[in-house]
Amino acid sequence: MIVGNQKSLAEIKEIVAPYKNLLILGCGTCVKTCFAGGEDEVATLSSALRLGFKKDGKEILIQELTIERQCEDEFIQEAAENINSNDAVLSLACGAGVQAIAKRFKSVPVMPGLNTTFIGILEKQGLFTEECVGCGDCRLAQFGSVCPIARCSKKLLNGPCGGSKNGSCEVDAETDCAWQLIIDRLKALGQLNNLKAYVQPKDWRSSNAGGPRKLVREDHII
Amino acid sequence: MKSGSNLEKILAEGKFAVTGELGPPRGANAGTIKDKAQHLKGMVDSVNITDNQTAVVRMSSMAASTLLVKEGMEPNYQMVCRDRNRIAMQSDILGAYALGIRNMLCLSGDHQLFGDHPKSRKVFDIDSIQLVSMVKKMRDEGKFLNGEEIADPPRMFIGAAANPFGEPYEFRVHRLAKKIEAGADFIQTQCIYNMERFREWIKQANDMGLTEKVYILAGVTPMKALGMARYMQKNVPGMDVPDWVIKRLQGVEKKKQAGEGIAICCEQIEEFREMKGVAGVHLMAIEWEHRVPEIVEKAGLLPRPTV
Repeated sequence: MIVGNQKSLAEIKEIVAPYKNLLILGCGTCVKTCFAGGEDEVATLSSALRLGFKKDGKEILIQELTIERQCEDEFIQEAAENINSNDAVLSLACGAGVQAIAKRFKSVPVMPGLNTTFIGILEKQGLFTEECVGCGDCRLAQFGSVCPIARCSKKLLNGPCGGSKNGSCEVDAETDCAWQLIIDRLKALGQLNNLKAYVQPKDWRSSNAGGPRKLVREDHII
Repeated sequence: MKSGSNLEKILAEGKFAVTGELGPPRGANAGTIKDKAQHLKGMVDSVNITDNQTAVVRMSSMAASTLLVKEGMEPNYQMVCRDRNRIAMQSDILGAYALGIRNMLCLSGDHQLFGDHPKSRKVFDIDSIQLVSMVKKMRDEGKFLNGEEIADPPRMFIGAAANPFGEPYEFRVHRLAKKIEAGADFIQTQCIYNMERFREWIKQANDMGLTEKVYILAGVTPMKALGMARYMQKNVPGMDVPDWVIKRLQGVEKKKQAGEGIAICCEQIEEFREMKGVAGVHLMAIEWEHRVPEIVEKAGLLPRPTV
């Protein structure tokens, strides 16, 4: 899923301060799953903002709404009436959701309530970890399904650096050394020989390093 | 000869090589390099010039290497993958060669979060082994990484690092093999204190025939004081400082600790000189360049051969 984390109340207050009628728009897919931007978070944030502004003696009317996905037209249209009847939208979706809304409602300011962090998983209760950078050229088959680009601090493709210790990355003892995981897993799979061959420099064109990406699916074009 | 550097010639003749290290200053004064270099002149065969080591901004390694060339000395130009993409790297390699630099050490680089600009963005477009391979391609095939011809190819003597103490241990020697296959001519190791583990590692390398394909220079750093030993044991990634080192330094009074550190270093060098598979030592006297003459003298490494 795309993992996000809600901005601080102070930062959100500053962002929405100029507006009197605000729609807080939640997203019911990824960011709901990571407890950052679903229905529950919309309700909690709205109450906190109402209370906060009241204390400051400022009037603000907050409307709450959560749609299934802010990145899909079909669901976005469900929010059209609410969006058009407010001064601004505070979107609790990922960055894609915020921009998808903004593209479709040209005269309404749309602002982010979250910091979109990474493509990751819920590793255990209360801990999300980054697993994929969306590089556009997946090599997981070679590396025992542990991604060295997303999970090695130096993106090394030909083996661990000298700083791996007790299974941890030298950059942060709380982070697993991706290369230790790769080696352990390939050993268990009897595929350690995968690592003996030299891995060529990566072609980064398929990644964000090549500029904004598009995916054209001819078979879906009507 | 691949590059014709002094270091290459000494190693090719089977002489025990000695390389030193010089950290460029955190400032723009060329005189600092000259002053530090004077301590190393005639004491070592080539001097590693670090590339923003520990991710702290310093004078560029190419500029400092060039200043060393002007002093009539031979630099071993270090390049890390942290700060440059393949375009900048190849451009710098051409420039370095044009400025008279003939040895290069290819490294991944310390992570920027350890340094003085933790907010910076890392590059790591290619990794250290890919860098080795790229420098070799430029030299031996006369081609850039993209396959296009280089008008006048740079002919570098190619170095890489190895850390026998990094984990997972069993993979270390295979990583060395990969570096050799990619094109490393010489290897400089991480500072060695755990002699037992190093002996195991070099034995593995000997058994795999790797030491016949590459020159291995054993890395040594004399401890200046007990505090330094303790710090390195606890805080420096990839460093393995056994307790006996701490105990020996503890065993002497404070003002004699530096001397004891040098004594340990000389004993190590003595063993390396006899060790099968070790072609020389890489003496990293960190911010202690002025003690290098004393160390190489005590270790019986003088005079340095002329080739």
